[in-house]
Amino acid sequence: MTAQVSDTASRTLHKGERSGRRLTLTALWVGVVVMVTPFLWMVLSSFKSERDLGASPTVWIPDEWTLIHFRKLLDLLDMGSHFFNSTLVATAVTGCNLVFCSMLGYALAKLNFVGKRPLFGLVLGSLMVPHNLMLMPMFVMVSKMGLIDSYAALILPFAAGAFGVFLMRQFMSAIPDELLEAARIDGAGEWFIFWRIAMPLVKPALATLAIFTFLQSWNNFLWPLVATNDPDKYTLPVALATFAIDPTKTNGSNGVLMAGAFLVVLPVLVVFIVLQRYFTQGIATAGLK
Amino acid sequence: MSTTTATRRGVPGRAGKVRPGAGPGKGAGPRRRDRLSVQNLPGWMFSTPFVALFLTFMAVPIVATLVMSFTDFGLTNVRDPFSTEFIGFENYTRLLDDERFTTALFNTGYFVVLGVPLTVGAGLVAAVLLNSGIGRMRTFFRVGFYAPVVTSIVAVAVVWRFVLDPADGLISGLASEVGLTSPDFLGSKALAMPSLIIMAVWRNMGTAMVLFLAGLQGIPTEVREAARLDGASMWQEFHRITVPLLRPTMLYVCVMTTIGFLNVFEEPFVMTEGGPDNSTLTVSLDMYREGFSFFHMGYASAMAYVLFTVILAITLLQLRLLKDKTR
Repeated sequence: MTAQVSDTASRTLHKGERSGRRLTLTALWVGVVVMVTPFLWMVLSSFKSERDLGASPTVWIPDEWTLIHFRKLLDLLDMGSHFFNSTLVATAVTGCNLVFCSMLGYALAKLNFVGKRPLFGLVLGSLMVPHNLMLMPMFVMVSKMGLIDSYAALILPFAAGAFGVFLMRQFMSAIPDELLEAARIDGAGEWFIFWRIAMPLVKPALATLAIFTFLQSWNNFLWPLVATNDPDKYTLPVALATFAIDPTKTNGSNGVLMAGAFLVVLPVLVVFIVLQRYFTQGIATAGLK
Repeated sequence: MSTTTATRRGVPGRAGKVRPGAGPGKGAGPRRRDRLSVQNLPGWMFSTPFVALFLTFMAVPIVATLVMSFTDFGLTNVRDPFSTEFIGFENYTRLLDDERFTTALFNTGYFVVLGVPLTVGAGLVAAVLLNSGIGRMRTFFRVGFYAPVVTSIVAVAVVWRFVLDPADGLISGLASEVGLTSPDFLGSKALAMPSLIIMAVWRNMGTAMVLFLAGLQGIPTEVREAARLDGASMWQEFHRITVPLLRPTMLYVCVMTTIGFLNVFEEPFVMTEGGPDNSTLTVSLDMYREGFSFFHMGYASAMAYVLFTVILAITLLQLRLLKDKTR
């Protein structure tokens, strides 16, 4: 809609404004090139031969494209199980958030109960608390419970994020009260109303929340680093980081590292480009209040 | 694109605020509404999962960190937490004399003071450019600027370490194309931190941009048109219309970026390991090492609380300084 409006507007622009527009586009192109170049460099480097990587002057496009770094990486790191760990944890965290955050979001938006306002205050306040603050006692707690290296330790602390509650509350408050009231008069219970009436109406918000939570979990680093000792239980970022800071493992080969980074980044970038609409929509809603 | 605007208009709290005013139409008056609409049992049932997780993984640990910061909690106490001894404010007084920690505080401050304005500024510029009627290309640029945000910091840090490599890196390659030699960015005490800052700006400006873009689209076109009819220049329009009307967005972006930057951890962990000579050691990294390499958990807890206090203070300060004065 906005795009069409600005298109018609641009047809009637004055000459001065037209050159202004060209300047804007140039600036944006320069910006985008800067943003994308490190990714391009990563992709190209992961396919370069060891000789091309060390060549001077720099070889920009590989002379011969090789998969050797990916093979080496798969020898050195059990990428399959790290991939599985990351996927399992992120999926579970996302599922929990969708249900738990929607439940509280619904309650905060549509139900009247004692303690609702302080509860909402709590949600807002916890948005500001960094996870680093809880690191030490959480580690002690989790190791006392014998949950180090368990999926539970990676999932439960992130199973209900304040951001999600906030987002769902906003979308839930847009549901007309009359709709819920009608269902109540027909004798529907709150649980039924929540699942059958409220949830289907906030599907776009659920999509946004799902994408954000999945990403956040996929990229999460410090807690998984602390909560896992067994390399088999490492998530992708932990595996990549411990690999990257250990020169004995990489043999100083940047090609292997770029291949690793490429494999970690690729699924996320693909998902982002396919679903980009939901990203910008979601972040904007959360920010505008 | 039309769905985006439609949902956003429909959603925010405004609609919710209007509704109570429409209440009288429903007839029976406030008393009946109250009696009918108090739903304590379902309310708390719906809140239970969040509250339980919140108590276990946030409330209790927040208090526990505070308690631990007054103890000499060490490796043996991980098995036997209650045998730890209280040592009063000793951890905090030791922090004051800990040169490594003051360095870490300074470095974190450096990272925030330079990184946050650059990130917010770059995001604002990108948003204003994207909002100036460039038509269909907008989606393309938006995706390009936002892409780094969605990628893992660890992966991105690994890539940037190679980009900045003095021998085979991207920058050194570009430099030698034009006959220059690139410095050893991450190996130099003076350049390591600025390099991390540039990378952080690159990675985080997309978030700021998207938020500003949403804020800009919330400014009614009539206001801009009126300003233009009155002969306002581009700069005047930006300075007198855009910036003041973006204040709430600006506040949110600044607060969130600052909190994120104060916790900086992955970048130095992967790219420099705090070096060279502690020049990129941040509070979070120092805390992680004290807590999980040396298992000085009481001491690390005190560090966590110093950082948390700083975060709270800065957030409150920003809320006060940037608050919408027109309200």
